[in-house]
Amino acid sequence: MKTGNRACVTGDDFRNSPPVDHVGIVERAERFTTRSIKSITKRAGLNMVLNMIDLTTLEGADTPNKVRQLCYKAEHLHDSILGLPSTAAVCVFPPFVKTAREALGDNSLVKIASVATYFPSGHTTLKSKLEETRRAVSDGADEIDMVISRGRFLSGDYNYVFDEIAAVKEACGDARLKVILETGELATLDNVRRASDIAIHAGGDFIKTSTGKIASAATIPITLVMLLAIRDHYAKTGKMVGMKPAGGISKSKLALHYLVMVKETLGEQWLTNEWFRFGASSLANDVLMQVAKLESGHYQAAHYFSKD
Amino acid sequence: MAKKKSSPDWEYASAPETTAVNIAKRYDHFINGKWITPSNKKYFATTSPSTGRKLSEVAEGSKKDVDTAVKAARAAYNGVWGKMSGRERGKYIYRIARLIQERAREFAIIETMDGGKPIRESRDIDIPLAANHFFYNAGWADKLEYAFPNMPAKSLGVAGQVIPWNFPFLMAAWKIAPALATGNTVVLKPAETTPLTALKLAEVIADAGLPDGVVNIVTGAGETGAAIVNHPDVDKVAFTGSTGVGKLIQESVAGADKKVTLELGGKAANIILEDAPIDQAVEGVVNGIYFNQGHVCCAGSRLFVQENIYDEVMWKLKQRMDTLVIGDPLDKNTDVGAINSKEQLRTIKRYIKEGVKGGADIYQPECDLPTKGNWCPPTVFTNVAQSSIIAKEEIFGPVLAVQTFRTVSEVIEKANNTPYGLSAGVWCDKGSRLFQVTGALDAGVVWGNTFNKFDPTSPFGGFKESGYGREGGLHGLGAYLDLPL
Repeated sequence: MKTGNRACVTGDDFRNSPPVDHVGIVERAERFTTRSIKSITKRAGLNMVLNMIDLTTLEGADTPNKVRQLCYKAEHLHDSILGLPSTAAVCVFPPFVKTAREALGDNSLVKIASVATYFPSGHTTLKSKLEETRRAVSDGADEIDMVISRGRFLSGDYNYVFDEIAAVKEACGDARLKVILETGELATLDNVRRASDIAIHAGGDFIKTSTGKIASAATIPITLVMLLAIRDHYAKTGKMVGMKPAGGISKSKLALHYLVMVKETLGEQWLTNEWFRFGASSLANDVLMQVAKLESGHYQAAHYFSKD
Repeated sequence: MAKKKSSPDWEYASAPETTAVNIAKRYDHFINGKWITPSNKKYFATTSPSTGRKLSEVAEGSKKDVDTAVKAARAAYNGVWGKMSGRERGKYIYRIARLIQERAREFAIIETMDGGKPIRESRDIDIPLAANHFFYNAGWADKLEYAFPNMPAKSLGVAGQVIPWNFPFLMAAWKIAPALATGNTVVLKPAETTPLTALKLAEVIADAGLPDGVVNIVTGAGETGAAIVNHPDVDKVAFTGSTGVGKLIQESVAGADKKVTLELGGKAANIILEDAPIDQAVEGVVNGIYFNQGHVCCAGSRLFVQENIYDEVMWKLKQRMDTLVIGDPLDKNTDVGAINSKEQLRTIKRYIKEGVKGGADIYQPECDLPTKGNWCPPTVFTNVAQSSIIAKEEIFGPVLAVQTFRTVSEVIEKANNTPYGLSAGVWCDKGSRLFQVTGALDAGVVWGNTFNKFDPTSPFGGFKESGYGREGGLHGLGAYLDLPL
């Protein structure tokens, strides 16, 4: 069964994406951070955050063993605390998808996400991008995180970007596609909105902020612009699209502010890992530390939590 | 927009601010640096509008009390403050500003307890902005000859100031700071429903070591205010409040040698043009009318939407309204707090009834309002006629009246078709059109792609029946000087 968002011809002209007022977005974003998340709301929120994490390792120095350890951690976040969920997924480079599949087996709750399309730069031919995507899927990836061609986008070649995403989506088969906009290279929030609209219309199941490989990664204002694109699409078509901020979210408090933003912008039906993810490596341990504190009443030292 | 629910409710648990603050059982007048019992020995209660609980009682100011206060202010003006160098005055005003910052949390809590506004607003807006007004004006105290070049910066004498209940502490700062910076002394009366933070400010003023009698605070209701305005030895009257009372003041000072500034009511137009960034415009509409429960003289209470984006604006507005948290003002997550008084709640309810009776469509988000206290949910009326009462009269509550328009000239005409002229807002992505529309609106403050933004450096005041004179910025300083203009 083909699932998820499909590319659709809508007659939309992406030059006419709605304008975004930077000052207004930043102000609204600040309002989310003034919400005070306490007691049971905090505990439930922290659990949700853990369950939404794409536990990630994307280093040149990655090894099969490191990936196996990451898979174990995804399913056993901190066994001394009962009732913790697993993470949503592990996110690895294509050569490690097989290793991850062997480690997790076929029935794990943890999905395998693989970056593809020559992450993080995307500088190669479409043919190579599609080949890499197909290989990752046939090796066992459930989800593909692609990067868009930012150069083409910034030069105004929106149709190229659209067609490329649609082609990768086709190559994904049943795997869900996350489209990385690399917002840190897009310069304006108007561009973030336009790129979001393109990615959604071209069939992206998720839109994702960043590769995590450049200094400027996910922020609340940028994520808000993308959430508003998702909401407008949902209002028009009734189809849900997921969101994945990635990079720069390493503290529980910030992650909870993201959940507040999702709840107040899209509604609570987006508050599951089917529709919202965090791309993060160090966030999990900070959340675990907070959960342990809620359970025991005091903070434990960082060395009680496994570094993977 | 959540039509199907696949996840459990993730509601915000209550996050109340603590109320461990010092509120005395009873407050006297602050006159000549001392706490003075009222001559008639009468006191009246001040209550929390969110719980109905009595917080304290304050002195009822008689004519005699006002006279004592004005005499003290005159003596301080003649004896010390009027003669003091600007640099020395500035030091005191800076000290007040710093003391406010130090006690900001306490003042924010008391402001919220006494007035009903959300702690988020009193903490993030009212109190910091009040401190900023003192800082800003302190900086001018020794530079008045540069503020008004080639003019002698002569102070006026005793300023009588009467302030409203919607921004009790901020309005006190707004009035006192420029008066002090320019070398005037002050008799101030806070509103009868919200006197506590002004009395707390008296503590700060005492702690700052301000010479006795420079700032005097007399509490009471309308009659006390009238006694200040009508006192023959008051040189300057500054009033913020309703247009009705403003007109009475205007009459009573006729023929008297008093300088007057009046900041009165409003019925601001908030205009969304077709190319506007709609989500941010909707946010601005919400901040424009539901900020401080709509108890804002410059609230954007009339919304004009270009007809081709009307449907989108309305569903986005309603969705945003659904996310507003209404309830205990002391909860840090509350967006809309309690209506300031029972009387005001009655007024608002009367207007809502009028709106429904007039055939307009009403929308209010579903919300559980507390059983005690004064509450009104955020309300929006659509299908409103330009001639209907809810589009014409100032409601001073969380009630928005929406109209549509087709052309720019049509909306300018409708926006200006009101006896008020305090503020307006325009939302538009095209710079040239933004300036075309803002320039054509008859209002003292016009915001472009934002709303309800305040800054001590910016003058604020109205056209037409919204009053005259400006507060804030250089204009606000000039209002306390005898300038040969």
